[in-house]
Amino acid sequence: MAADGNWVTVASRAGLREGDIAGVTVGEEHIALYNIGGEVYATSNVCTHAFALLSDGWLDGEIIECPLHAGRFEVKTGKGLGPPIPCDIKTYPVRIVGDDIQVELAG
Amino acid sequence: MTSREAEPRIVIVGAGHSGGRAAEALRAAGFVGPILMLGAEPYPPYERPPLSKELLAGNIEIEKTYVRPIAWYGENGVTLRLGCTARELDLRARRVLIEGGGSEAFDRLLLATGARARRLRSPGAESRRIHYIRDIADCLALRERLRPETRVVIIGAGFIGLEVASVARQRGSAVAVIELAPQPLARVVAPEIGNWYARLHESHGVELRTGTSVEAIEDTGSALRLRLSDGETVEADVAVAGIGAIPNTELAAAAGLAVEDGIVVDAFGRTADLEVFAAGDVTRHFNPILKRHIRLEAWQNAQNQAIAVAKVMAGGNEPFAEVPWFWTDQYDVNLQVAGAPERWDRLVWRGDPNARAFTLFYLAEGRVVAANTVNNARDMRFARMLIQSGKTVDAAALADPALKLQDLAR
Repeated sequence: MAADGNWVTVASRAGLREGDIAGVTVGEEHIALYNIGGEVYATSNVCTHAFALLSDGWLDGEIIECPLHAGRFEVKTGKGLGPPIPCDIKTYPVRIVGDDIQVELAG
Repeated sequence: MTSREAEPRIVIVGAGHSGGRAAEALRAAGFVGPILMLGAEPYPPYERPPLSKELLAGNIEIEKTYVRPIAWYGENGVTLRLGCTARELDLRARRVLIEGGGSEAFDRLLLATGARARRLRSPGAESRRIHYIRDIADCLALRERLRPETRVVIIGAGFIGLEVASVARQRGSAVAVIELAPQPLARVVAPEIGNWYARLHESHGVELRTGTSVEAIEDTGSALRLRLSDGETVEADVAVAGIGAIPNTELAAAAGLAVEDGIVVDAFGRTADLEVFAAGDVTRHFNPILKRHIRLEAWQNAQNQAIAVAKVMAGGNEPFAEVPWFWTDQYDVNLQVAGAPERWDRLVWRGDPNARAFTLFYLAEGRVVAANTVNNARDMRFARMLIQSGKTVDAAALADPALKLQDLAR
């Protein structure tokens, strides 16, 4: 096994119910957590169009809609779905350890 | 396969937000012919909301406002002619004549000429201390002047005026706002919300003078002295007027197209000329939800109407049909407005109107015709659905935060 990556515990699994979104901050990084059908996903929490937290937005199935200007992203892939989104959003690997939600930050 | 030469050439007059989104949408819809965009400004298409917010505050770079990076246009076969003003449309010869000489041929034309800031007409209004905000150059010129020692007077308590007031206060300037109506935002929201904004600005140290207007302006050489209709005088170093916009319809009118405070188009962006379309702030377009023609000066319309019209130009047949939607950011408060009601008979609060976050519904004959969210954007999607559906709603249910809005909107 390679050395364990930079996994950080960011929230409690029990606190994120199905259909919920939560915003967390790790250092300088704003991360949004989503529970979609019992699976937890993580993306950057900041819309790539203008400064808005996606965790204040609306989770529509597997799509997160930005609360400010209705830009939309696929949560699982980070893919931006048309105007006004200029580029895709970062996604993070997620794992569940006990009741901890952990995300893997870059190096 | 069709060759590029066989495809029509589309010319877009106006390289603003609408023009840029239209070019992008034409390519996304599979249009492969040549696209030429003419823009009077030196910048590629950009979004204007940051001009009275983040860009004025100096919190973002100019490039962040661009619809697409400048390289996108070349990579996608879109020729940008910037610093280039259209002088005349020759619809018979199918040419756009350019200021300073030359012309460009088109097969299909999109007019996305936008609007310009309405100018003050009081005596003394030619003073160079008076600013407007419509384009990047305006924004940068004003930004230079917003310093802690500056006294700023703002004429007009609409979205633009109040956003500038917010930025100016955050930069430490002293701010006075002059508004003819009894309360701010009188054109777009109920007096209750306008009064909420009056208190917000006063709590941030803004001196708000309502029910009065500017009668004359004197530039003393070192400052401005504004004489008001109530007999008062206000002194300032800089004035900013946010008193509305005028659609740039002159080219269309001179070419014989229908103009009534905006280029008149249908829900597809079509004029009476089958190959001439219009989109964005400049249009008075038919809105199928409101069932009337409307002219909007708004980001949503600039973007989404342009996309819809571009799809029609590329061969589609879907109308543009959305509930009008606007927003403003002032201090730490985000207000979103859906709907453009001509009247309402009841206001329904969802949440505490004295709190920092709530939603207000405007009802007419039991139907939601407009909604405002204050720091409560998550309600906006469902508010728009309620307006669009036109169905009658139970006011008590709307006001009950225990009931989910999405269930009421369904």
